[in-house]
Amino acid sequence: MPIAALSDPHMGDAAKNPDRSEKIIAVILFVGVVCFGVAGAAYWQNWSPWTFGGALGAGLFLLGFGLTAWGKYLMPQGPFVEERHTLASTPEERDVMSAALVERSAVVVKRRRMLGGLFAAGAGIFAIVAAFPLIRSLGPLPGDSLEVTGWRKGTVLVDSSGRPIRKNTLVVGGIMTVYPQHTVNPQTGFITADGQAIDQTVLIRVSDQPFTTEPGREDWTPDGYVAYSKLCTHLGCPVGLYEQELELLVCPCHQSMFNVRNGAVPQFGPAPRPLPQMHLGYNDAGYLIAMAPYDQAVGPGFWERTT
Amino acid sequence: MSDTAAKTKRNTRAALGPYGHVGKIVGELDDRLGVAKGGRVFLDKIFPDHWSFMLGEIALYSFVVLIATGVFLSLFFVPSTQQVIYHGSYKPLDGQWVSEAYKSTVGISFDVRGGLLIRQMHHWAADIFTGSIVVHMARIFFTGAFRKPRELNWIIGLTMLILAIFEGFIGYSLPDDLISGTGLRIGYSIAESIPLVGSYVVSFLWGGTFPGDIIIPRFFIIHVLIIPLVLIGLLSAHLGLLVRQKHTQFKAEGRTENNVVGSPLFPTFMAKTTGFLFMVTAATALLGAFAQINPIWQFGSYDASKISYAVQPDWYMGWLDGALRIMPSWELTGLGHTVPLEVFLPAVVFPGLIFTLCGIWPMLERRVTGDNEMHNLLDRPRDRPKRTAAGVAVFALLFTLFAASSTDVLANFFHVSLNQVLWFFRVAVIVVPIISGLVAYQLCREMQGVHGIGQRKRAVIVRRSVEGEYSTVPAEPRADDQHAELDPEPVPVRIDIEPLSNGSTREPASSPTGVRQVSR
Repeated sequence: MPIAALSDPHMGDAAKNPDRSEKIIAVILFVGVVCFGVAGAAYWQNWSPWTFGGALGAGLFLLGFGLTAWGKYLMPQGPFVEERHTLASTPEERDVMSAALVERSAVVVKRRRMLGGLFAAGAGIFAIVAAFPLIRSLGPLPGDSLEVTGWRKGTVLVDSSGRPIRKNTLVVGGIMTVYPQHTVNPQTGFITADGQAIDQTVLIRVSDQPFTTEPGREDWTPDGYVAYSKLCTHLGCPVGLYEQELELLVCPCHQSMFNVRNGAVPQFGPAPRPLPQMHLGYNDAGYLIAMAPYDQAVGPGFWERTT
Repeated sequence: MSDTAAKTKRNTRAALGPYGHVGKIVGELDDRLGVAKGGRVFLDKIFPDHWSFMLGEIALYSFVVLIATGVFLSLFFVPSTQQVIYHGSYKPLDGQWVSEAYKSTVGISFDVRGGLLIRQMHHWAADIFTGSIVVHMARIFFTGAFRKPRELNWIIGLTMLILAIFEGFIGYSLPDDLISGTGLRIGYSIAESIPLVGSYVVSFLWGGTFPGDIIIPRFFIIHVLIIPLVLIGLLSAHLGLLVRQKHTQFKAEGRTENNVVGSPLFPTFMAKTTGFLFMVTAATALLGAFAQINPIWQFGSYDASKISYAVQPDWYMGWLDGALRIMPSWELTGLGHTVPLEVFLPAVVFPGLIFTLCGIWPMLERRVTGDNEMHNLLDRPRDRPKRTAAGVAVFALLFTLFAASSTDVLANFFHVSLNQVLWFFRVAVIVVPIISGLVAYQLCREMQGVHGIGQRKRAVIVRRSVEGEYSTVPAEPRADDQHAELDPEPVPVRIDIEPLSNGSTREPASSPTGVRQVSR
């Protein structure tokens, strides 16, 4: 098909009435241009984002719609056909390629096995050497970083403003998030990232009497105060919801529930372990303190975790 | 115009040859690069007209929007978790400790003119990007377009989807707001759950324990340079292979394994696709203008000890969140080690299996069917019931998991216990894919047996005679019922512009019968 005349049906417009289509498209494009003008004014005058974006979007849409309609209704529609030539080469050409690979290797490489071996060894060692700065330099070895917190024997519990907790700070049923004293700056209200992310602990006054969450923890709850790591043992979200009636701590991420009276054993949801409990006590000034660090790693599970 | 001017113009035209300046430019380029022959072939490249070929274009054009808006955002965003006290134009945050990243993102939203629109366009375009890739992939899958010789392009496309999901998650994390920070914490815990190497992976990636101060700068460079660069490389390979192997097409009159029927790149397809680029951009602009997305100023800067309630991740992470929710709490402990299966299985092994299955599917299908032929004609999904059923089952599984990512919202909405919702999904995640697959299989089989399927049906008129007897008569055929398809013609060498006659500039195109024949 060397030359197609416009009278050829393949070259024709799809539109039944091309002149009318042309006028409609012209109007669409013109309104689009006007919309861009409005968008420009909206930007210049700092009108609301929705005026600016709406005008911009409308202009873009009309311009695109007009252009597409032009292509669809007023351009050669075909159908045109293109032959698909086979991609594969002839068997002879394939053989020539394979022969070059095989025969040249036989001559040049196989006779120099030692050179090849040395080069391969060199490249391999280089890859290992190069991987070290690429991977090892990225960060420290984990060590025991996932097992330790900022809590020590005698660390004073403070709230997010840095105020220590006294016996009467919380009424029964009250709850607050506490941090180690050294992580909160009482002047600026700044809390260190580790204090927020690792040491965060939830303090609840469950009753006005000490109670036993688990055997062996008889003296961990002075005056009915109980403290658990706030990091969910499932994925490390803060266990931020407290259902006071049921005495349940709920993780909003995946709905794990922990019973605060029974050692935060999971009652529901995907969390596999109880929240680690803090051994609470008072110091000489009457402030709540940790009597010991957490007895296990806080947060979700990982390979090196021993319990 | 004076005579001299007209004469000069005529002379210039004569010197330039019959095609004027265009001919001159083509000539100069061709002297140096030899573009004329191949270029002509490229202008004639045929694009099939079927609507489903547009889905990949949506992905391509939303990527263009992402780059354009992303460049704008990168001019204002500060990738740092350095804590500062906010004193900007959003008064409710005044005096609060926020990170530089968060402060600059709030600044883009309120203090940079046009910034909020561009930010929301960027976020919407990201959701459209991943969404259109999935829908495009579904089209490729259900029509068998991945078969030989296009297996490699299928794998390239899948790789781009995985990268797009990571890119989306990382970009979502950059503003360092309360919600994205929680998502990042979950990502950290998922990486931490990998047996043997988990704690090393997180320690190297985060430069220590969560959150550290290096992750946002690292994510920034991954988000704006590394992944986009890889995506651009893969995208070029994707399109290069498409041009080399040419398009697939559905079976129809005149369409064979050895040709492509449609409209040529220039001018028809180029006009349509450029118009479509504008329309995709328009969709993101209108969404960005009228549909609020990720209002980070309401969430506050990230504080690892705070959390919000009833939040869901962006849609393309929802299926993983759902899997995490319904997984039983199976943690293996012993020999001084812990394997958190409750995290590792749903969030690492499961997506790994799904993506591996996608990646090897072309080879798997070739092995099972023993079909090693080249395929350029597409399947109708109903003609391949087993493949269609498998695809439907996988999609049903992913949708069920996606729905399971809102167990708490559903429990509140329907006033049922969370426990019931949880168990419903634990059962549904097994039952729904099986039933959907079987139903799809049966539907395909039945559709195969229906005569004239896919063609327009003739109406039937029911008449009642005076005696009260009913009879049926087929309706008159409508004008365009008879799709007398044009035989496709090779792309003409050039369009012969006929001399104008009787002042008419355009001869209305018509077939000899006077009725415009419509191509399918």
